[in-house]
Amino acid sequence: MKYAIRAGDIEHGGSASARIKSELSRAGVDATTARRAGIVAFEGEMNLIVYSDDGGTLSVIVEPDAVMIELEDTGPGIEDIDLAMTPGFSTAPVWATDLGFGAGMGLVNMQKHSDIFEIHSKLGVGTRIQCRIERKGDWAMNRREG
Amino acid sequence: MKLCDLAELIAGSILVGEDQPDLVIDRAFAADLLSDVLALTEEQTTLITGMVNPQVMRVAEILNVIAVIFVRGKVPPASLVEYANRLNIPLVTTKKTMFETCGLMYAHGVRACRSRSTCQMSDSG
Repeated sequence: MKYAIRAGDIEHGGSASARIKSELSRAGVDATTARRAGIVAFEGEMNLIVYSDDGGTLSVIVEPDAVMIELEDTGPGIEDIDLAMTPGFSTAPVWATDLGFGAGMGLVNMQKHSDIFEIHSKLGVGTRIQCRIERKGDWAMNRREG
Repeated sequence: MKLCDLAELIAGSILVGEDQPDLVIDRAFAADLLSDVLALTEEQTTLITGMVNPQVMRVAEILNVIAVIFVRGKVPPASLVEYANRLNIPLVTTKKTMFETCGLMYAHGVRACRSRSTCQMSDSG
């Protein structure tokens, strides 16, 4: 599944992710993995809407043992990834915070719900994020145990 | 607590879910920041919020939210109600504030849903 996400399109914000979550459930992905994938996709989708220059793509690949979510845009790029990954750090515009977003938890949340999280970004070029979510059932249980 | 009793307790109106009066509401999370709802809830929960934008229902769908309670007299647009109907997620509106709503529900046995604090998140980050 691949979705084109438009910059600033708050009206449809989250609709691709909601669709992804229900498609994953329909495809037989367990509820916990579908929920985690939905959260990762949603945060990524909102990031594309709020921060990207020209929108980007949100792709989902279902593998036998994992769900892969990939986000890509063509700018503006993130100057300091460590800073952007700091909980609470945000450069969100007021219109986004008015809607309940831009609390500086998006990237952190994506990382927390992914088993593998990779982010590459270059100023003026763009950002690419790849997330791997293992299909392991009750992730909360797994986290506690391991 | 049953959905119908909850609506009465908070002097609310059930917009969606009249057909599920016996639905059990025993866990809740209250926030206007949808980012926090996404980041912190770790189990199925009822959501108490003052936000009525379309993203609320999309978040509710992704998180398998049990029911949504809109506080401070916020009335969701028809499109949101329609969306909730399609997902079969009950919606309740109340003129009470978030604080009053939470207080009344807590006093009647509803407890916080399992969640992660932001401290834990940054500590383990």
